[in-house]
Amino acid sequence: MDQLIIADKKFNSRLLLGTGKFGSNAEMEDAILASGSEMVTVALKRVDLETDTEQIITHLQHPHLTLLPNTSGVRNAKEAVFAAQLAREALETNWLKLEIHPDPKYLMPDPIETLKATEELAKLGFIILPYIHADPVLCKRLEDAGTAAVMPLGSPIGTNKGLKAEVFLEIIIEQSRVPVIIDAGIGAPSDAAKAMEMGADAVLVNTAIAVAGDPSKMAEAFKLAVLSGRIAYEAKLGKISKFAAASSPLTAFLNE
Amino acid sequence: MTIASNFIDCFSQYDWEEIKASIYQKNEKDVLTALYSTKRNLADFMALISPAAEPYLEQMAQISHQLTCERFGKTIQLFAPMYVSNECQNICTYCGFSFHNKLPRKTLSDQELLEEVAAIKKLGFQHILLVSGEANQTVNIQYFSNAIKLIRKHFANISIEVQPLEEGEYAQLQELGVYAVLVYQESYHRETYKTYHPKGKKSNFDYRLETPDRIARAGIHKIGLGVLLGLEDWRTESFFCALHLDYLQKTYWQSKYAISFPRMRPAEGIIEPNVIVNDRNLVQLICAYRLFNPDVELSISTRESEKFRESIIPLGATSMSAESKTNPGGYAVEKESLEQFEISDERSALIIEKIIKSKGYEAVWKDWQAMQPL
Repeated sequence: MDQLIIADKKFNSRLLLGTGKFGSNAEMEDAILASGSEMVTVALKRVDLETDTEQIITHLQHPHLTLLPNTSGVRNAKEAVFAAQLAREALETNWLKLEIHPDPKYLMPDPIETLKATEELAKLGFIILPYIHADPVLCKRLEDAGTAAVMPLGSPIGTNKGLKAEVFLEIIIEQSRVPVIIDAGIGAPSDAAKAMEMGADAVLVNTAIAVAGDPSKMAEAFKLAVLSGRIAYEAKLGKISKFAAASSPLTAFLNE
Repeated sequence: MTIASNFIDCFSQYDWEEIKASIYQKNEKDVLTALYSTKRNLADFMALISPAAEPYLEQMAQISHQLTCERFGKTIQLFAPMYVSNECQNICTYCGFSFHNKLPRKTLSDQELLEEVAAIKKLGFQHILLVSGEANQTVNIQYFSNAIKLIRKHFANISIEVQPLEEGEYAQLQELGVYAVLVYQESYHRETYKTYHPKGKKSNFDYRLETPDRIARAGIHKIGLGVLLGLEDWRTESFFCALHLDYLQKTYWQSKYAISFPRMRPAEGIIEPNVIVNDRNLVQLICAYRLFNPDVELSISTRESEKFRESIIPLGATSMSAESKTNPGGYAVEKESLEQFEISDERSALIIEKIIKSKGYEAVWKDWQAMQPL
């Protein structure tokens, strides 16, 4: 499998993990290690900026792990820029998963505020990975604004419904000049494999692992699925289709 | 990952000889992979233009036909070129307008432009392609702006094929109502390019290569690309043209794109083609473009023979010129002035329309409405 490159940083794993919803920090840490992931998101709102007590960050101190702070909880571009700066200070990284969802029920990402925030944050030197709808035009607008990758959703976040947005994801993958990481909705290793076979550069999984009966085992299953899907993509899938039998060949004139 | 900010950055990552070797090494398996795939990439395009794809030409034509029908319907757009000047300071050894060709030159005056317009309108055309040589002292942005202002109320859609201009100049023409700009690289082989374009502003390979970037940044609706078939290995040339298309489409995603297939034609005082591109090769190339890019417009000029033009209609073409004159004043003002090349299909636009209809296709004369106030 070839490496994933985002903003000049290379990754050997194409599986990103979210760190929410686990039964305990220890369980989360085990799952991350079992997944082989090299990049995990961590919600800024969960990082205790004041005290040094045992907390989520202490379980993420592994040399192979890149931390990707996310702005979950912010409702607009202004709050996102503020959160990004806090995250940069607290976690000493300019990498950022930009999430703006003013809608607390479905956590639908706000495309207008996300674009605005991306424009501003790119100027401030952030490496931005925005969580967005599977909207091909928005992806191109974000590219123009200087995003490092795009993270379109497969289905509403937390639903485990798989790749409901498949037809739009295909268009995004075809057109994109930055890595496409499919985020949200991936409910089973088969969804992850499918996303990778389609040509996604990576997937982000959280709920499906965190709430599994055995999160570590499920993390390993996802690791294998992502690897398998990617290798299949690189090997080029054979497609089943039929050529129409030509009743009057279109190229016969060349023989006349 | 850094995104190329102009095509030169992208282009310089590729080596001509490596690409050529890679195309000629493609095998049957690569071709089948490309044929069966639903989304095809540049590697697939290479397989489809390779010698290995030649036995699969009929299959390619069938898929090309199907994709074109899905995207464009059974339609062929008609347009006419209007040559406004054959003055040229460039030496291009294949071109009738070349500076070294010591023949009388002509640039249309305002009155002559309008006479030509009237003659072209009479033939039925609403889409026009304004063409010139490169004479920056006389046929420049001022000339083009004036010409566009004069003719725009007479045509629904105006394209231009003139010397490369600056971004601001393209923006100015866009404001005036120019819909599309065509600029062919002629050759993507740096050294070959230099051989055929030894003198004049056109000898600057990089400036020409960056022109579509400038056109796109100026907000022009459609950009036309192409290589002059006959200068260098057509397969390798076409790979680079497809790479250019791919780069532009991903970078300037709001623009439309078109490919033309100029094959070298006889003209006064020019050289013979270095490479022969036969009909079979050209069909393969047209179908390969369609399979690679279902959305790109493919244009066939009157350089091609009657039989070829008739047969190519269901194979992936989307636009055609007809009854073309390739000399300034050729429609009305001065029918015998120096022409750029001899056309092959001299039939009238009305006959071409009939032929298009007889193939079960609709000839489209108007397919645009300018949104700028005149």
